[in-house]
Formats: sequence, structure tokens, C-alpha cells
Amino acid sequence: MPDNTSNLPRPERVTLFASCMVDQLAPSVGESTVDVLEYLGVAVDFLDDQTCCGQPAFNSGFRSEAYPVAERFVELFEKVDGPIVVPSGSCAAMVRNYYGDLFRDNSSLADRAKRVGERLYELTEFISRFFGTEAINGQLNTSATYHKCCHLLREVGIDEEPLEILSNIDDLQMTPLERADVCCGFGGAFAVKMPDISTAILDEKLDYIEATKSETVIAADTGCVYQMQGGLRRRGSPVQVVHIAEILAESINNAGSAGVTR
Amino acid sequence: MKPLTVNFRSKAAQTLADAQIQQSIEHVYTGFFKGRLAAAGETDNWEDLRTKGKAIKDHTIAHLDYYLDLLATNVEKNGGSVFFANDAEEARQHIIKLAHKREIKTVIKSKSMVSEEMGLAEAMTDEGFETVETDLGEYIIQLANETPYHLIAPAVHKSRADVAKLLDDNYKDGDRVPDATELTMMARKKLRGVFERADMSVTGVNFAVAESGSIALVTNEGNGRMSTTVPRVHVAVMGMEKIVPSIQDLSTMLRILIRSATGQRISTYVTMVNEARKQDEEEGPEEFHLVIMDNGRQKLLEDPQMRESLNCIRCGACLNACPVYRKVGGHAYGWVYPGPIGAIVSPVLTGVKDASNLPSASSLCGACHDACPVKINIPRMLLELRYRTAEGSTDKEERSSSATERRIWKTWRIGMMGRKRFDMAARLANLALRPFAQNGWLKKAPPPISGWTSSRDFPTVSPSSLKSRLKKRKKGEQ
Repeated sequence: MPDNTSNLPRPERVTLFASCMVDQLAPSVGESTVDVLEYLGVAVDFLDDQTCCGQPAFNSGFRSEAYPVAERFVELFEKVDGPIVVPSGSCAAMVRNYYGDLFRDNSSLADRAKRVGERLYELTEFISRFFGTEAINGQLNTSATYHKCCHLLREVGIDEEPLEILSNIDDLQMTPLERADVCCGFGGAFAVKMPDISTAILDEKLDYIEATKSETVIAADTGCVYQMQGGLRRRGSPVQVVHIAEILAESINNAGSAGVTR
Repeated sequence: MKPLTVNFRSKAAQTLADAQIQQSIEHVYTGFFKGRLAAAGETDNWEDLRTKGKAIKDHTIAHLDYYLDLLATNVEKNGGSVFFANDAEEARQHIIKLAHKREIKTVIKSKSMVSEEMGLAEAMTDEGFETVETDLGEYIIQLANETPYHLIAPAVHKSRADVAKLLDDNYKDGDRVPDATELTMMARKKLRGVFERADMSVTGVNFAVAESGSIALVTNEGNGRMSTTVPRVHVAVMGMEKIVPSIQDLSTMLRILIRSATGQRISTYVTMVNEARKQDEEEGPEEFHLVIMDNGRQKLLEDPQMRESLNCIRCGACLNACPVYRKVGGHAYGWVYPGPIGAIVSPVLTGVKDASNLPSASSLCGACHDACPVKINIPRMLLELRYRTAEGSTDKEERSSSATERRIWKTWRIGMMGRKRFDMAARLANLALRPFAQNGWLKKAPPPISGWTSSRDFPTVSPSSLKSRLKKRKKGEQ
């Protein structure tokens, strides 16, 4: 087992909230999340009824449409105990920081939402909080750079932790990304509604990415992954943008087959 | 200034296509943004200072009536006059009338965003007063007949060559070399003559101190001090929120304002004005007038969801941090206040429907909230205004979402309210998109996704959901 660098008791069982995007667009990110959690000795439950936290409609201003979807999320996840893990800082931020606004006319629902939010952790937050940033000793031979997704950084407050986790992967050559904490221009509906502005912001990000000469960009939110990968593909760049869960799972898998002890 | 007659999108597109402006505006990041980080890092208690700043502003705004009364009482006790203007028109008329009464010929202005709200320089020029901006950036903007691009750097979008050409065109006395020092000396020489003949000044107010009836001005060029000492009449203009209770509070606010604005520890000048010249004194203006303007601020005050925007101290840090502002520039926002703070106050202050686009022009990255010295939660208010525009406002005009948008989100909700529907919608999308996809990516897609595919490949929906994959995985384990 990995060294326990955290004093908090390690959860033995968690519930996975995939997020709608991971569930239907990037299920491999969800599978990788399960792999990583199982590597840490955590059993993972999946609630089959889950869909979305409601953020897309909420961010577009359509609160009456977001409301029942968010309420459904609360009802579903308050039925289970223990930590909930989501491989997205953005969805974690929605539940933790914005459900209060969404449910402001219903204090009992807002209270219930708060209690669910207190159990909800973004994946790298969960790893660093309960297992420490040295918990994963994988192996992956690639050159990479790391983009700091906005909501994970500024809404959830996870900054250097993912980089510390990645620093324990053998053969992974990390190059710092200039302006890593500047937005990639995704912003959900913004990317579709105001494509020229979204793309101008993205182009600056991609220039900095290409300047690192890395083969891989690592990011922790699927929306940002698609924004950057979609832009790089359009540029004809071979650079791959990969969710951090997939990087960790692959490195664990490699280390396992190479006989690295856990 | 006439509000929001321009379209955000077309103005933004113009700026995106302007390589020179894109290059000039980089300074707000490399200069101001990084300067703020360094200056904040020098203090060992930056977060405490922000918390303190927020507490001071929260308290003041919660008791604004009391502090405005106290301020007015103390300014009058010090021998000054106070005028409350409900709107820009009242403020303009009051100042113009005063200038006529005192037979003023030349008015000098130091930088003030509130005077921009009033459209004061233009109105006074139209009335026949020689009206000259004395802040170098504002002076350049006045010569170019433009509006400020940034709260603290009005001409940040102009290159040295632009400025040289502006001076050439205005003075017609030969060609200049685009050298910053020479251009500044040139402007300084021109302005010196104006200072000498000015008989009235209009300055802004960075903070008014209620307990003493004094105003504080933060400047770097000395024009603020010249303006408050040379002319015989001094008029200071302020928005009604620009107030702090005490001198002690002022010291906190100055620390966070200046470090957040320019990255300086302190500005070259901090000018405090308590009163006009006393009888036994030989220098200073003979009269001091304070104009306090509402111009829509009462609406913000009465709006619990938006009130926090009155905490703004106009440092510009949110502009410098904003990836959207740095691409679309200051003029796209259409009114006095650009960037994130403009996107939340303009729609309410102006009440103009055209402003409803502004809160949409954000990726909600939160960099503004992080940068704000008084921790204004700008993303929260952007979301609030989006809600009002989409469906929340009781005012039909303000509720400007399209029928298509409403239909899209209604359909979305139906799809998200049951797992079976959620799966079915995803599988249908996968089937529909599959013929057009290459390696799981689309080069083209129908609206509204076409907005994305105009410049980026779009991912297709997966043929299987995570739920079904985890089911298979479980079976495999058994």
C-alpha cells in the first residue's frame, strides 16, 4: 500500500459521481477514476440513476430547468453515506459553491444540498486529502505539461496538488506551462455562444502548450480537455490532451506490469 | 457618456482582428497583473488585508445613508459645498452652472471615471469652456476623441507610434519620433501652460473620508496635486459608494488599491483635500465643491444580489486578470466600465437591454474574483444577471432569451430527469453523429454546435455510457 501522508482516516468505500460529460462522452475517464480509487484500496459504488448536477443550464441562466436536475442529484446522493468522488472540479464547484444560490428560496433543500456538498470531492482533491500526494507510484514514459483548470483551482482550491501527485510517476517528464492558471477559453456554453472570443483565449493557451514541446497535456476537467484537444486537432498538432485520471490509471497499470510494489 | 449604443460582439470581433491592439493590451497582464502579484506577495498578510478591505466596504455600504450624511456634514463644516446629483444630467448641469457663475474660462480635469459617466468634458467643451484632461492617458484619449480603454490606463491600447501620430496631427508642428520620454515631455510642456491659466478643476475621488470630510486622490503624474492647488475653484466628483468611515480605514484601502492597480507599494502622489484656502493662507483654491452622484447606484444598493458590486474601488485588477477583457479590449463593453466589473454594473446602472450580452461574455474562470482586493464575487453576479436575462427578470424587456434557447434548455432538462432518457438521448446522438466523425471527432456540426466546430474539432458522444461499461466490468470480475 502507498505511504499514508495524511492523518485523516482513509475511506474504504466511496460513491462515484461520473458527471454527465464523463458518463456519455468520455467513459474511459470514469473507468480510469475507478482504477485509481481501487489502486488506493477504495471500493467504488456507482449509482445507476445519476445524470447531471445541473451546471450547464444554471450557467446559462435557466435556473428553473437546472433546479429539478440539481434537486434530483441531491435526492440521489443523500441516500448513500460516505465520500462522493467526481473527476471534475467544475461539477464539484457547482454542487459545493452554487447550489446555495440555486436553492435560495428553499432553505431545507439548500441545507440538504450543503450536506451532500460537504461529502463531495474532486478526484485529485480526494487523493491528496486522504491519501497524500505521494500515494500513487506509477510509471509512464511521456513528456507532459499540466494545465490548471479554472474551477478546480479557484472554486475548489486545488492548485499544486495534482502536480505533486504527477511528480511521483516514474519516467514522466514534466515541463512547466507558462500561464498554466489562465483559462483555456472553454466556459461551457460560452465556447459555443461566443466562439471567436473562446478561440482567441484558446489560441494563447495552445501557443504556450506547443512551446513546451510536450507530447501530452494533462488537465483535470473533461470540458477543458475537449476544448484544448479540439483546438490542437484543428491545428494539425499531434499533441494529446489527457484527463489526469487516465494518466494516473495508465501509470498504475504500467507499474503493475513492470512489477513495482505498491 | 452615452451608454451602450454599440454591439459587444462586433466591437469584440474588431479588436480580435487588430494585431497592434492585441500586442499593446498584453501590458495589462505582463505589467499590471504580474505587478499586482509581486506587490501583494511583498506584504505578509495580503489575504488579511483583502478580508479587512471587504469588511470596511461591506460595513460602509450597509450604512451608506449614515456615512453620506456624515461626509456631507463634515465637508460643509470645513467650508465646502456638497451637491447630491441623482443622475449624470443633474451633475453636469450643476457643474456647468457653477462654472458660468464664476466666469470660468479654462477647466482642467484629472482622471475620474465618474466624470466619464457624466460625459462632463464633452458637455463643458460644448458650453464653450476650454476643457483639458491632464492625466497623460486621458489627454491622449481626449486628443483621439475616444473613451477610456481601462479603469486606470485609459490609453493602454495605444502604441508609442499611435501617440506620436496623434500629437503630430493635433499640433501640426512637425513629425515626432515615437519615444515615450520625448512624447511625455511634449505633453507635459503643453499641459503646463494649461495648468497656469486654468481657473477651475474637476477631479475624481478615490476615497472620501466621512469622519473628516476629506477626499483622497491617488495619482502618479502630479496632475492631481496641480489640479487641487492651482485653479481658484476645485470641484471633486464621486459616485456615492466611494466612501470610507475613517482615516484609519483609508490607510487600509490605499494599501490594497494601489498594490492592486499598478503593483506599486504606493503611488507617486496621494493627495488629501480637507478644505479650500483659509483666510490666513496664501495658496490653494478659494472654493471646494463636492458632487456626489447616484446615477443608478441606488438600484444596486436596493438589490441584495448585486449590492456587493458597490464595494468596487475601481483598481482595474479584474480587467487585468480577465482573459476575455484581454482579448476583446475595453471599448467592446460599450460604456465607462469595461471588463468583469463593467459586465456586472453596466446592465444595472444603465438599464440598457444591449448590456445583457455582457454577462454572457465570460468563461466564468473566476480570475476576477481571485484578483479583487475586496473579494467581490463577480462570477456569482454574472450568473445572477444571466439568470435574469434568461428567465428570472420580472421586466419583459430585460428577459431577452430567445425561444430557441428556452427550448434547448427545456429539452435538456427533460433528458436529464431520467437515466433511461439520458442514455437514449446519448445513444441517439452517437448514431446521428457517427457518419460524420473521424476517429471520434467532428470537423463540422449543425447549430448550435457549429459555433464550436467553426474553430475546433468537436468530440462525438461515446457509443457506450460509463454505466454500461462499469456493468460489464463487474460481470468480468465475477
